[in-house]
Amino acid sequence: MSPAARRRWIVWGGFAAVLVAAPLVFNKGFSLSLLCQMGILIIFALSYNMLLGQTGLLSFGHAVYYGLGAIISIHALNLVQAGWKFPVTLMPLVGGAAGLFFGVIFGYVTTRRAGTTFSMISLGVGEMVAACSLMFPAFFGGEAGVSGNRSAGGAFLGLTYGPQIQIYYLVAAWLLLATAAMYALSRTPLGRMANAVRDNPERAQFVGYDPQHVRFMMVALSGFFAGVAGGLSALNYEIVTAESVSAATSGMVLLATYLGGIGFFAGPIAGAIVVTLMQTALGSVTKAWPFYFGAMFLATVLFVPGGLASVAMLHKRLWDARLVKKAAGVYAIMAVPSVVVLGFAVLLVEMAYNASDESRSAFNALGITLDTTANGTWIAVIALTIAAIAGWRLAWRVASPRWSELGAALAGDRRR
Amino acid sequence: MELFVTSLLNGVTYGLLLFMLSSGLTLIFSMMGVLNFAHASFYMLGAYFGYAISTKVGFYPALVLAPLAVGSIGALVERYGLRRAHATGHVSELLFTFGLAFVIAEAVRLVWGSTPVPYKVPVSLDGPLFTLYDATFPTYKAFMMLVSVGMLVALYAGLTRTRVGLVIRAALTRPDMAEALGHDVPRVFMLVFGGGAALAGLAGVIGGNAFVTDPGMAESLGTIVFVVVVVGGLGSLTGAFVASLFIGIVQTFAVAVDYSWHGMSISRVAPVIPYFIMVAMLIVRPRGLMGTRET
Repeated sequence: MSPAARRRWIVWGGFAAVLVAAPLVFNKGFSLSLLCQMGILIIFALSYNMLLGQTGLLSFGHAVYYGLGAIISIHALNLVQAGWKFPVTLMPLVGGAAGLFFGVIFGYVTTRRAGTTFSMISLGVGEMVAACSLMFPAFFGGEAGVSGNRSAGGAFLGLTYGPQIQIYYLVAAWLLLATAAMYALSRTPLGRMANAVRDNPERAQFVGYDPQHVRFMMVALSGFFAGVAGGLSALNYEIVTAESVSAATSGMVLLATYLGGIGFFAGPIAGAIVVTLMQTALGSVTKAWPFYFGAMFLATVLFVPGGLASVAMLHKRLWDARLVKKAAGVYAIMAVPSVVVLGFAVLLVEMAYNASDESRSAFNALGITLDTTANGTWIAVIALTIAAIAGWRLAWRVASPRWSELGAALAGDRRR
Repeated sequence: MELFVTSLLNGVTYGLLLFMLSSGLTLIFSMMGVLNFAHASFYMLGAYFGYAISTKVGFYPALVLAPLAVGSIGALVERYGLRRAHATGHVSELLFTFGLAFVIAEAVRLVWGSTPVPYKVPVSLDGPLFTLYDATFPTYKAFMMLVSVGMLVALYAGLTRTRVGLVIRAALTRPDMAEALGHDVPRVFMLVFGGGAALAGLAGVIGGNAFVTDPGMAESLGTIVFVVVVVGGLGSLTGAFVASLFIGIVQTFAVAVDYSWHGMSISRVAPVIPYFIMVAMLIVRPRGLMGTRET
């Protein structure tokens, strides 16, 4: 076995092992449903990255395929309840087929142009479907949603899909399958041509490929995988509401994918995990979590356009070049000022939230009670925040030459 | 007849309000080559600032102060956010404005809560202006029309008759040449972005109390403004004007008309119509009504 093949086996074997072992470690009912949610978002985000990362198509309406897949799956599930013989295990395929079907229809319409036009048509299509979902409440379920029963098919090899653990392993199996399929797809000529179309459509055309056709294929296939994720979500939650086709869902998958990093295949996986964890962890601590979430996204766009995956890659390269010690020095200088600035920013946000809350309780920051309605408190905290930012800039003045030294060393290392 | 005239007047008022947003959006598009997702968020900020200022000092000062505040925020966003995102390409810019819209909506929720605020029409402008076939036309609608037409005239005159307007137009069409002639093009861009944001803010101050001021207002109007700009043709002010009136009137009529077809009433289909027009337009004529370039 060649080293590359061995590495591939290790990575995929490790992935499968993690999927099998995860519920044994996190075996509480709550963490189990969290894992299911994560798995579904991973498939959804990976399917989104087929467009954004691999083909360079920024879509604002990807929830259309996910949501329609979910809705058609839940209707199919109700058909099974009524006596249709179809194994529930394969229900995600129904969602996938629905996603593929709408991917073909909308893909034909949207892929005639790339770039901003594509983004806008995708937004238009997304809004159109979302508006339709409120127009046909019988099919889309409206605000209340359509509910189903995942154990409708009866027992099959002892699997009823009643207990959450069985749904988890169903999600895990589909996750492994879908991830492998999407990875394989990125290695096919179509996947490679998608990269070419992303980088230079004109040259791709000169080599004899029609960029529009390549984009169309990618949109249709990514619609399929989004539909699979939708089908799984229908089984997991046993309810599908109009929210699943909404702009909020499209925005969520875009955020998760970009946060993870669109330049690497594994990026969206990391993004989906982080987003699900943040939603639950932050959501239980503060009501302001969507704000932090958005701020984190903005910071990623401005400062780390490569996302989490690029940060990980940078550290791998630092490690390979034996520069980790030097990098740690920079982090040591910047750690305290960064934490202080971040702390003050969080304090300001929480104070604003507390001040606007009618049923507010006394605001307590590290044991100090602050009166969030008094102007004096605000002036003091804002002044301290500005001082903290000034301190951060001073520290950065010390650290930045070392940081650029590191960058130069890495660049030199690559040249060698 | 009565329904027709009142709907037409309402449609024109709404269309003019749409134009206050779409004019800024289309100017910013000609400048950056990217649509600003956060444009309607500036409209929302205008409405909330207008509410906050009018409860403290009154509506008329708010009419001036709130757009100025929103404009300064817009200029800061361009200077410290967009300019940075621009370096990494169009996708980053688009994503930045998308994220910004998200953050602004959440910030508004944090400060003012998620329920609508009681932003009311000022007493001096409350009440009917005239009666037409039993239907009354509110004074405030006339005031909205007056402000938006006044702004439209000022914008047109400013862009075509003043030296600043000349420099802006030069910087938009031939940035390199304008720069070579000694104009600070990045500063012009900042000015245009701030100006567009201020216009959206003004629309918010006069629109927020006519409709509703809640954290969802940016999203609901934002997509409509997008439709307007795309249908009118990106970068074309005239196109934006025509499309604003068109969409405004179509939407008002669709809600007002009581007609059903195969059990499907028109007013239920109303929310989809603009998007349908947009998708159809992008397929048939991606330039839009009067656009000079493809999107």
